[in-house]
Formats: sequence, structure tokens, C-alpha cells
Amino acid sequence: MPKMSAAELKERLARDLPGVLMPTRTRTQTSSDSEALVDGGKAAHPKRGEHAPVDLLATDDAVVYPERLQEVARYVRDVLGYELLSNITAVDYLADGVIEMVYHFFHLGGGPALVIKTRVPRDHPVVPSLTNEWPGANLQEREAFDLFGVVFTGHPNLTRIYMWDEFEGWPMRKDFPKQGDKYFGDSGE
Amino acid sequence: MSDDREIQLEAEKHGIFLTTMQRFYNWGRRSSIWPLSFGLACCAIEMMATGLARFDLARFGAEMFRASPRQADLMIVAGTVTKKMAPQVVRLYNQMPEPRYVISMGACATSGGPFRDGYNVLRGIDLLIPVDVYIPGCPPRPEALLHALMTLQKQIDAQRLNQVRWYGKREAKEYPVPTFGKHGLEIDGKLIDPVGGLPLVSPYTSPSQGETRSGMIEHPELVRHFPIMDETVERESPYKATGIAPEIAYNDLKRPAVEVNHAENERR
Repeated sequence: MPKMSAAELKERLARDLPGVLMPTRTRTQTSSDSEALVDGGKAAHPKRGEHAPVDLLATDDAVVYPERLQEVARYVRDVLGYELLSNITAVDYLADGVIEMVYHFFHLGGGPALVIKTRVPRDHPVVPSLTNEWPGANLQEREAFDLFGVVFTGHPNLTRIYMWDEFEGWPMRKDFPKQGDKYFGDSGE
Repeated sequence: MSDDREIQLEAEKHGIFLTTMQRFYNWGRRSSIWPLSFGLACCAIEMMATGLARFDLARFGAEMFRASPRQADLMIVAGTVTKKMAPQVVRLYNQMPEPRYVISMGACATSGGPFRDGYNVLRGIDLLIPVDVYIPGCPPRPEALLHALMTLQKQIDAQRLNQVRWYGKREAKEYPVPTFGKHGLEIDGKLIDPVGGLPLVSPYTSPSQGETRSGMIEHPELVRHFPIMDETVERESPYKATGIAPEIAYNDLKRPAVEVNHAENERR
């Protein structure tokens, strides 16, 4: 059963497609601190606000430049054999001003998924579309466009899919207004 | 009324059956309420279970789920009404012939439920069409649906032919079908259920209560407050108060402050 770790994938990408990987962001002091605490046995749980903010964008997965995404996807399919593009989703990192696209590729022989991420600025989220080569990406890219406002260049029919066409705004973005009356008192800012 | 009933029962002993036109008419309608066969979410699974052998909706004469609104008497709004689905639900209701009834099944159909503050769920079907019976629950048990049906039967029993809206030559009222706008559902170009906000229109009250809108915005986009904390809270009507159930607000305001006797607790 094929199995490729994220580190191995990054190594292959760095070797065969030089320059596609974004510079890695190292994890902040927080994570090593908490590890030390775990090592020290039953240390007191750190209180909130005692640490520097966690770098949410630090990850072990392969993060590639958006303009070279198609190249990487083709490499993953043709060279590594991960043919099934199973999942496309977007993540909104409001504080960092970044929208991250996450792609899950599967090998038809089984095994865990291969994760490829790409990051675009929130105010100008443009990612090349994979629909031409993976027709199954069509609806998922439309969903990311509908809810996050990510624009996929080269998509054959980039229109809203869940919300109605007349709607304005991107509902799943973190800054979408969510005021309501379900929780009294919590709704006011 | 009770005299009538005693006379009736006495006459029945002698083999004479008496009734009024109204009672006969109501009996006929209450005994064969045919629901419209449509479901929107998980509540529909419970509705299907209610229709099947174990719970047996047929005992109440309501087992005929009609596939066409033209033949249906009752609309069971079973499940989450998304904003995108709302126009179709209203259109189906408009296509049903009078007399027609609506049961709002479950938290979502009644108020939006857990999705009330979301961007895509209608905050209660009663914003668009009048509802006769509400069922709480998520999803309600089949017994709750049966109880709602029996409640509806009681309401039908209490109807008077000279007062109901559908008897006579009046035309059936068309309810306005909402359209999609930039910021939410609109009726006649006016925003009524915005995405990410509060409903801007009052719900239809129950038809047996007169089927009118109060015309006031139930949830003005202003500061909300707990009526329970407001000493000047007044009950708007016996059935309604703003914000919180009137009984609760009323009783809680009357309740004296709880005094804890620490000395007594320590002695124990």
C-alpha cells in the first residue's frame, strides 16, 4: 500500500521541481514549551495568554506557490501516482491575511492522502483551476468560490453553487457578519 | 353546548342521531387530513416513521401522503428550510386548496433551530406562511407528530363555518413568494430575512388566533435586552410578549430574591 509522508513529499518536490515550495515557517516557541511541559510530567497547565500567539500557518505539509500548483498536481498524479483528487477546501486565516487552499490526493492502490497546500492573500485570492484535468474539481472549486471568494483562473463555469446568484459576500469568511439573536448578549460587538 | 351534548346522547340511546352541519363538516375534515408528501431534512425521517406500521398515522385518517399539493390538506414542514428552498415551500403552500393547514415540525422549521444565526437558513417558516401547530424537538419523536395531528384535529373541531377564512365565495389568499436579494430573502423588494442578521418581519400568528401579522418588526436591529431583567416589562397580550415567554418573565419578576442561610449550612 503506497504511503508517502509529508517530509518525503517535500523532499521529492524540492528535488524534482525546484522552487515550488514556499519557505517553511518554523513553529514558535509555544509548541516546544508545551512539549517540555509534557516531558516534565504533571506540570501545571499554562494559563491563557501566557504564551506568544501560536503561528497558525506553521505546518509540516507541503506548501507550494499558487502559480505552480498545476505543475505540482501533475507531478503528483503522473510521477507519484496519486491520481484521485478527493478534496478541495479553503481555510481563512483572518489574522494573517491569508486564504489557504488544501488539496487531498489519494492513490488508487490505497493508503493515506497526500496533502498539498497553497496560500494566497485574502484581498486578492487567485488560484489556477484544476478542473481541466480533474473534472471532479469543478463543483468543489465552485464551492470555494461561493463561500470564500477564491477565484480560480481557467475554471469553465465559476458561478455560485450554494448561495443564489444575486447574493453578495462570502459567507464562510471569518469576517462575514454573524450577528444574530440566538445567543442573547453575545451578538453585540 | 353541554346541554346539546346531553340531548344528543339521550337521543342516541333511542336510535336517533343528531348533529349540526358544522360538527358534521368538521368531523369529515378532521378525519381525513391528507398531508403533502415532502420532507426537507432529518425530521422527514421521523415523519416517514410516523406514517409506517409501528406508529401508524392511518389511525387518524392521515395516512394518505399526497404527491401533489392540489390534493393535500396539510403541509408538514419537516426539517430545515434553507433560504434557497423557502420560495418553493411558499409556492407549494399556494398551490394547496383551502382549507389547508400547516404543521411546523422541529426546531429548524419553527425558528431556524441551531442554524438560526447562520447565513443560509430561514428563521422560521412562519415568517412566510401561517402555521397552525408547532412541534418542538430536534427531531421530534413520532409521538410528538401524532400529538400535533391530534392538536390540529382539536383546532378543526373548534372551527366555525361562518368565521373561517376559506368558506364561501372568497378567493384563496396567495401568499407572497420571496425572491433572492443581495443580502437575503426579499418580498416585494423589501428585505425580510437578511443573511447574518435578524428577521425584519413579524411571523404570522396562528390562523385560529386570527391569522394576522402584527405589522411590527419583532426583532429591531438595535440593542437586545432580557425582558426578564427589565422591571417595566409588560405582557403585550395573553399569548405574546417580546423576547421571552410571558409566563416566564412574569413569574420570574415576582419571585423574591433567594436568601442563602450560610450559618445554617455550616451547622449541618
